[in-house]
Amino acid sequence: MLTDQQMDMIIGRLLQFGVALSALVVMAGGVWYLVQYGATPPGYHIFRGEPEYLRHVRGIVSGVRGFHCRRMIQLGLLLLIATPVARVAFSVAAFTLQKDRTYVAITLLVLAILLVSLTGIGV
Amino acid sequence: MNVFELTALVGAISVVAGFLGALTGLGGGVVITPAMALLLGIDLHYAMGATLISVIATSSGAAAAYVREGFSNIRIGMFLEIATTVGAVCGAHAAARVSPSGLGVVFGAVLLHAAWTSTRGHPPPRPGEPDDSLAARLRLNGTYPTPQGPRPYQVSGVKSGFSLMFLAGAVSGLLGIGSGALKVIAMDRAMRIPFKVSTTTSNFMIGVTAAASAGVYLNRGYIDPGLTMPVVLGVLAGSMLGARLLPGAPTRTLRWLFAAVVGVLAVEMVYKGVTGRL
Repeated sequence: MLTDQQMDMIIGRLLQFGVALSALVVMAGGVWYLVQYGATPPGYHIFRGEPEYLRHVRGIVSGVRGFHCRRMIQLGLLLLIATPVARVAFSVAAFTLQKDRTYVAITLLVLAILLVSLTGIGV
Repeated sequence: MNVFELTALVGAISVVAGFLGALTGLGGGVVITPAMALLLGIDLHYAMGATLISVIATSSGAAAAYVREGFSNIRIGMFLEIATTVGAVCGAHAAARVSPSGLGVVFGAVLLHAAWTSTRGHPPPRPGEPDDSLAARLRLNGTYPTPQGPRPYQVSGVKSGFSLMFLAGAVSGLLGIGSGALKVIAMDRAMRIPFKVSTTTSNFMIGVTAAASAGVYLNRGYIDPGLTMPVVLGVLAGSMLGARLLPGAPTRTLRWLFAAVVGVLAVEMVYKGVTGRL
């Protein structure tokens, strides 16, 4: 049986791993971005919004065709956003093992809210 | 200014913010957005998007250390995350409808509040409140480690804490910040949870709350990879450095310094917001 303390430990490791992995991807994409666009003028004074393919999970992940530095950074940022989501998903499994029905329901509800927000359903 | 210079400047601001945030325990995210908007003239929505993502990074990075110490209460966090995530999604949707001036004024008010709370130390522990039956049913009561062994605590005011958490989530989504100070108030004042448990559990919750608004921000095109990259990496580097220097740091002086920086940014945000220059 999984105790609360063991659960906390695994969650801690999971979070560290997620942050480290995404930081590496973002850093690699960032170096690539600066090499390619470092000398160009930035355009952040007026809000235009990101292009469509950088706004959705599917667009970012399915970037095999035309994979480039901005998409690579966005992929790393998506990994970072996914880290707390993975934490909640893990908690669902852990509370199931503990046979704690109330908290399985609570964590499932939080997970559903996160997934709805991330996939943009109902926007 | 070219992209390389802007990236270096934004990165430097983020390192300092992450450093101060870790040393004072207040989270540096709240100062990055106004610094980018006021000093570098970056559009508020891009600045909010970049900062929100960096909040996830610091929360997840620090939570790993906190859970090992055994202070954070995962049940309290999970239960209250229902309120913060729903609030965050509502706040993030509202962010698109509020004008930059309006956002600036609200941001200024939140900054002033942060400056005010950061100068005050830990509140003294209070005698326990009458038992809350809801807290018992949700198994929110727990223990925390002390040098004399684990010490039990009772949670009360679950309903009012839950409502306040919705508000904290909404502010987080509206402004792209962690709103840790509001979360601590909900747990510390309304639910009478011990201060150390409140702060660590709040930190734990910030990442999940921010992830809820991040989806909306991403879909609305607020998250620019080129701008977010130096913010995330800078804040991570700064907070790791800060956490390493934490023992022996002049925390009181740093809190005042932080409050001063935040106070100046607050006045600037309100002024520029009211005069419509954001």
